[in-house]
Amino acid sequence: MLDNLSNKLQGILGGLRSKGRLSERDIDVAMHEIRMALLEADVNFKVVKNFVSRTKERCLASEILDSLTPGQNVVKVVLEELTALLGSDDSKFKLPDKMPVIVMLVGLQGSGKTTAAAKLAYYFKQRKHLPLLVACDVYRPAAADQLQSLGDEMGVSVFRGDGKDPVGIAKASLGYAKENLRDIIIIDTAGRLHVDERMMDEAAAIKAAVSPDQILMVIDAMTGQDATNVVTAFAEKVDFDGVIMSKMDGDARGGAALSVREVTGKPIKFISDGEKPSSLEEFHPDRMAKRILGMGDMVSIIERAKLVAEQEAEQEAIEAERIAKAELTFDDFITLNRQLHKMGGASKFISAIPGGEKALKSGQVQEDFFDRIEIIVNSMTKEERQKPSLLNGSRRARIARGAGVNVSDVNQAVARFNETRKMLKKMQGAAMQQQASKKPKKGKNRKKARKAAKGPMRGIPGMAGMSMKDLKQLQDMLGE
Amino acid sequence: MSLKDRLSARLSKSRQRLNESMNILFQRGAKLDDGFWDNLEETLILSDMGPAACMELVEELRDETRRQAIPDAESVRERLISKIVDLFVVGEADLFDDAPAVILFVGINGAGKTTTVGKLAKSAVDAGHSVLLGSADTFRAAAIEQLDEWAARANVDVVKRERGSDPASVCFEAVERGEQVGSDFVLIDTAGRLHTSDDLMRELQKVVGVTRKRSRVPVKVVLVIDATTGQNGLEQAKVFNKALDLDAVIVTKLDGTAKGGIAVAISNELQLPIVRIGIGESIDDLGPFEPRDFVEALLGAQD
Repeated sequence: MLDNLSNKLQGILGGLRSKGRLSERDIDVAMHEIRMALLEADVNFKVVKNFVSRTKERCLASEILDSLTPGQNVVKVVLEELTALLGSDDSKFKLPDKMPVIVMLVGLQGSGKTTAAAKLAYYFKQRKHLPLLVACDVYRPAAADQLQSLGDEMGVSVFRGDGKDPVGIAKASLGYAKENLRDIIIIDTAGRLHVDERMMDEAAAIKAAVSPDQILMVIDAMTGQDATNVVTAFAEKVDFDGVIMSKMDGDARGGAALSVREVTGKPIKFISDGEKPSSLEEFHPDRMAKRILGMGDMVSIIERAKLVAEQEAEQEAIEAERIAKAELTFDDFITLNRQLHKMGGASKFISAIPGGEKALKSGQVQEDFFDRIEIIVNSMTKEERQKPSLLNGSRRARIARGAGVNVSDVNQAVARFNETRKMLKKMQGAAMQQQASKKPKKGKNRKKARKAAKGPMRGIPGMAGMSMKDLKQLQDMLGE
Repeated sequence: MSLKDRLSARLSKSRQRLNESMNILFQRGAKLDDGFWDNLEETLILSDMGPAACMELVEELRDETRRQAIPDAESVRERLISKIVDLFVVGEADLFDDAPAVILFVGINGAGKTTTVGKLAKSAVDAGHSVLLGSADTFRAAAIEQLDEWAARANVDVVKRERGSDPASVCFEAVERGEQVGSDFVLIDTAGRLHTSDDLMRELQKVVGVTRKRSRVPVKVVLVIDATTGQNGLEQAKVFNKALDLDAVIVTKLDGTAKGGIAVAISNELQLPIVRIGIGESIDDLGPFEPRDFVEALLGAQD
């Protein structure tokens, strides 16, 4: 993303970094190069001018030039100014507290509105909303079909209305959303040239009819110097709240991205950089500035990983609930054992259980006993794993031969398994009790308990509603 | 109304700002100070001509002005216009000069390829040529229908297959049919693609390769580019040129929002002629390119 600009700036700043002392002339040269790099990236001329003069002035200050590491300090100034250019305050997209929330998209032809609408719907769907896409582009052939097929792919419903009157469709979509319990309405409008009065009036009319909570303008990141004229015209006519930068992939220069904030004061809310529905991400000025200067963007990567982990954790919680509801099977037992390994092994888990540590020390619990059970379980048939009650004498003898153990070991494993099942049930009860004691009004509500488990720690498999944190608390409580 | 007048009229809205700054610039009188040159540079950069080229141009002009004691801003403008005009590569022949030929239209998504093919078909037919269209955009929804509509208006045939079929086979068939019926021109529309998408560029290479190999008449490949594009447009043109060995460029959407300075950069850098410019929706709004008219319109010269 913005590779071109990024490479150039890094080259320029790298040259400064390597110098022990910087003269005014060095700064002059570097600033000239930065100016060139920004202009090459289609950053608006006036924005570049202001940016360079601000940066230069700060860099020429004595505390920078005479400092021990002038190069580093110049980089710092550039980073700060670049962040400011991209929008220093938080540009996070906040949803108002109402239902349904109405988001309207506007922009030039070919800027990628329909695709952006679909991506936005996916973004909200990922975050547990029920979005509704509304097709108000009645002019471009097959625009509604495009939105429909994108919506179908993601499992988001699309409202097309009569397909004729954009204002009417927008209005009608409100009722439809309420009836169908959709909490976010995303209105895709027809593309228009900013000099096309009639179309600009139509956008204004849709806006007046449904009073959207957020109007987002979609801007093609490949637009040249004209981008500022376009955004200014749109800002005057429909007064949008923020920007979605589209087509940030490939070798887009992204000059528009660096200009729009300074020119209109409107923040960039999202950037979109690919074909996939998941390729819409929230825009963070500080992280983008760092990315451009090659300082990496670990935070975004971590956040992405976290989202994945959360989704996984939720999956596990669902599974855990199933285990708790139904009878524990040997399959679950293996899953449980593997998850135990992921969490640091059985001993860690056992020591977290009240009294577990003591049991471990006194040798009552064998740390590898889950592993040994797994070997035995591996010799069971599918049916036997699902229904432990099937295990009669001859089956046990067969399993023992298969696993290379004595029948008594199999007996022991089955007994342990039954114990574990009992133990899990007991602990689940305890967790409920604890939840109940914390929030007496809410009572023994399993759903609430599960919610509590959605912290950074994963829920403990087999124990719906319990996280390690809860377990620790429980332990502390009992210890008192 | 000549195309030049229409061009001026169409560009007027978007040009207003640029125009104003140019006029103010050139009406400052004889004083050719630092401020004048800085403003000139700014004006040029704002036209999307590319910063390096602009700075070079201004530096050159400045130097000449000093050495040749050029007296005032008006004379500087004259020189500027002819300098930019000289940057354009002039094609030896027009697109429709030597029949028969097969012409393929390529470019990124949304550049206006299908519309361009449609308009060209109409004007070629009006000029008395026989034309066959080929719809090799088998990807975009409604692209075939759109070309059909244009074919009906121009009263020509279209070679087409259902959506999703192999574009190269459409080209093959179009060339073959063109030969059979003795068309003067076979115009082929291709699917838009980003120049950064390697797979799709390879597919296009194949499409063009098949056409070149099959056709007994000359094959021309024309890049269609949206005038609003910034410096990325040059990169697009470079990549398409490298992959397909382009013959010419058509600049669209010069009306409304466009500055179109990128056309100067592309023509100069890649040594490709600009054969048509599009300045509006109507069928007559795609006209031949006259460098001087274009530059005067771009810089807001009054005559």
